[in-house]
Amino acid sequence: MDSKHDILNTLRRDPVPDTGLPALDGPWLTFEQPLDQFREVLAAVGGQSLVAAHEGDLPHALAQLPSFRAAQRVWSLVPPVASVGRDWTTVTDPHELEVLDYCVAPGALGVAENAAVWIAHPTVPHRAALFLAQHLVLVVPGRSLVHTMHEAYARIPPGQTSFGLFISGPSKTADIEQALVIGAHGPRSLTVVLTGTDFPASRFSP
Amino acid sequence: MAHTTVEHAADAAAFIQNQERTRWHDQALWFVRAKRDKAARAVPEWEQLRALAGQIKRHTLAHLADYLLQFEEQALRHGAQVHWARNADEHNQIVLEILQRHLVRKVVKSKSMLTEECHLNPYLERHGIEVVDTDLGERIMQLRQEPPSHIVLPAIHIKKEEVGQTFHTHLGTQADATDPNYLAEAARGHLREKFMAAAAGITGVNFAVAETGGVVVCTNEGNADIGVALPPLHIASVGIEKLIPRWADLAIFTRLLARNATGQPVTAYTSHFHGPIPGGELHLVLVDNGRTTLRAHDVFRESLCCIRCGACLNTCPVYRRSGGHSYHATIPGPIGSVLNAAHDPRTYYSLPYACSLCGSCADVCPVKIPLDQQLLYLRGTIAGAKHLPLAKRLLMKLTSFVMQRTWLYTFAGRLARWWLPKLPRFLVYNRLNAWGKQREIPAFPKKSFRELYQNRQRHGQ
Ligand code: SF4
Ligand code: SF4
Repeated sequence: MDSKHDILNTLRRDPVPDTGLPALDGPWLTFEQPLDQFREVLAAVGGQSLVAAHEGDLPHALAQLPSFRAAQRVWSLVPPVASVGRDWTTVTDPHELEVLDYCVAPGALGVAENAAVWIAHPTVPHRAALFLAQHLVLVVPGRSLVHTMHEAYARIPPGQTSFGLFISGPSKTADIEQALVIGAHGPRSLTVVLTGTDFPASRFSP
Repeated sequence: MAHTTVEHAADAAAFIQNQERTRWHDQALWFVRAKRDKAARAVPEWEQLRALAGQIKRHTLAHLADYLLQFEEQALRHGAQVHWARNADEHNQIVLEILQRHLVRKVVKSKSMLTEECHLNPYLERHGIEVVDTDLGERIMQLRQEPPSHIVLPAIHIKKEEVGQTFHTHLGTQADATDPNYLAEAARGHLREKFMAAAAGITGVNFAVAETGGVVVCTNEGNADIGVALPPLHIASVGIEKLIPRWADLAIFTRLLARNATGQPVTAYTSHFHGPIPGGELHLVLVDNGRTTLRAHDVFRESLCCIRCGACLNTCPVYRRSGGHSYHATIPGPIGSVLNAAHDPRTYYSLPYACSLCGSCADVCPVKIPLDQQLLYLRGTIAGAKHLPLAKRLLMKLTSFVMQRTWLYTFAGRLARWWLPKLPRFLVYNRLNAWGKQREIPAFPKKSFRELYQNRQRHGQ
C-alpha cells in the first residue's frame, strides 16, 4: 500500500474521541486608540512609524529619514514615492534585488495589538524585495487598522494569494547570548507610514 | 550488544560542574519565562485563547484523516505538490529525489524540528548536497557540529565568547570578538552569500490550514522568507500534527505562539504560502514518523497538540539547570521527555525522572498539555516494563514495601532519626546516595510529625 493510504488507514482505524470544534467569537481585546497602540507596539518591536495625512505627503514624510535621503537604489511600489537607481519593474531574477537600499511597499492592513502589517502577492511583484532590501517602508491606510488578529484574518480572503505575510518590526535575532540584534537577515529598519485622517480611533470604545 | 541508554542525571552532573555557567543558563531562560508572563498578562482573554487552542488541536486529531485529505485537495488546487511519508527514511528520500531531479547542489534551510528529527542534513550531505541552516542560532550550532539545545533558542547554552571563536574559525572574524552586533553582522554577510547561491529552500511549517491548503511559517530573522523567495524551489516538511481546520484558527495560534515563546506580541514574519512562487514549485511533504502511533494512545495523544513554543523548557527547573544536551534528544525539556520516552522508553527511561513534578510546564503550555501528568504516567509504565536500572528498581520496591506498612514506616523513621546523625560521613554521602550530591541532609528533628501531632492532640498544646 502507498504511504498516503497507509497513513490514512491507520488514522481511520484508531478512532479518537471528538470534543468538537469551538466557535471563535470572542469577545476579544479592543483598544481605545488603535493608532496609538499600533505605534507603541511597533516602537517596542524595533520599528518606527510616521503619519501622512495625504498620499501626496509621503515623499516629504520619508525625506525625514536620513538613510532614505541617502539611498541610491529604491524600489517604490507606492506611486507618489519615486523609485531610484533603475527601472525595477524590469527585474526578472529576484537575485538582482540584493542591491536594494530601500523598498517601499503598500500594506493592506495593520493590527493594533502586535503592529503587524499584512502584505499580499501580487502587490509586490518579487516578494524577495521585502526581505533583501536593507530598509523597508510599508504604507498602510490608517482606516485599515484593526484591533486583533481575529479581525485581521476575517478581513483577508482565505488562501486567495500564493503568498501573503504579516510583518511586525524589522528582522531581528537574539541568538547570541539573548542580546537583541536588529537586522538579522532581512531589513535593518522598518518604517510604517500610516496614511489618511480617518483613523478608527475610539471606533469600538463607548 | 549492549543497549545505549540516556542517563540524564549523569549528563546533568557534567553540566552543573560549571556552577557559574549553570546559573547563567538558568537565569537566561527564566528571563524569557518572565517576558512570556508579561506578554500573556497583557491579553485579557489569554486563558480563553489557551482553551480554544487546545480544543481546536484535539478536535483536529480526532478528524485528522479528513483534514489531511482536505488540506491535500486544497493545496493541489493552488498548484502545490503533496507527498506522504510514513517515516524519516521516506521523508528524506522524497526530499532528496526532488532536489536531484532539479540538479540542486546547495540548499538553505530554516528552522524545522521535523527535519532534525529525520536527520535530513547528514542524509543530504551524504548525497553530496550542501545544506546550510540559516537561523542564526542553528548556524552557530551547525558550524560547531553540535545539535541545538533548545527548540526555539538553539544556541541558548553558548556564550558570546564561544560564538566569537566559532566565527573566527569559520567566518574569519577578528579573534576574541564578542560583540553580538559585530558577530551577527558577520553572519548576515556570510548567510547572504549562501542565500544567493542556493538553488532550493527547505522550511518547516508552524501551521497547515486544511480549509485553504496553505502552510504558515513564523520566524523573527526572515531567514525562511529569503530562503524561499530567491530560488524557484520550496520544499516544506509538515508533521501531520501541524494541521488546523480553519483560516480563522490562525488568529488563535498566532496570538499565542510568539507571546508564549519569547514574550513578543507576534513573530516579525508570519508567512502564508498557498502554492508556489510564480514559475516555481512548492512541495509539501506530510510526515507521520510515529505520530499515528502516539495519536492512538489515550494518554500520549495530547502531546501531538504541541506547537513547539518552547515555554515548557524555559520554565522547567530541571531543564534550566541541566541544559538541553543532557536529554540527548532532538526535542529536550518536558515535552521532549514525554515524546522520547513514549516513543522509545528503553533508551529514554531516565527522562521522565528528570522532573520534580512541579507542574510549571503544564501551567505555561498554550495548548494545555498535562505534561507533568504524562511524565508521571510514563514513570509507571517504565517501572512496570522494568526499564529501570536494578538499584533504582530495588530501592523503589523497598520504599513501596515500607510505605505500605505504617508500623514499619514509623519504625524506620525513628531508627533513622536516631542512627543517621551518628553515622560517619562517608556512609551517608557516597555514590549510592544521589540525593547527597551537592546537598546536605537537613538536621533531623528529635520527633516525627506524627509524634508531635499525637502529643498535641493529647496535651492540647
Ligand atoms: S513538572 Fe517536571 S518537567 Fe514540568 S516543569 Fe516541573 S520539573 Fe520540569
Ligand atoms: S508542550 Fe506546550 S509549552 Fe511545551 S513546547 Fe509544546 S506547546 Fe509549548
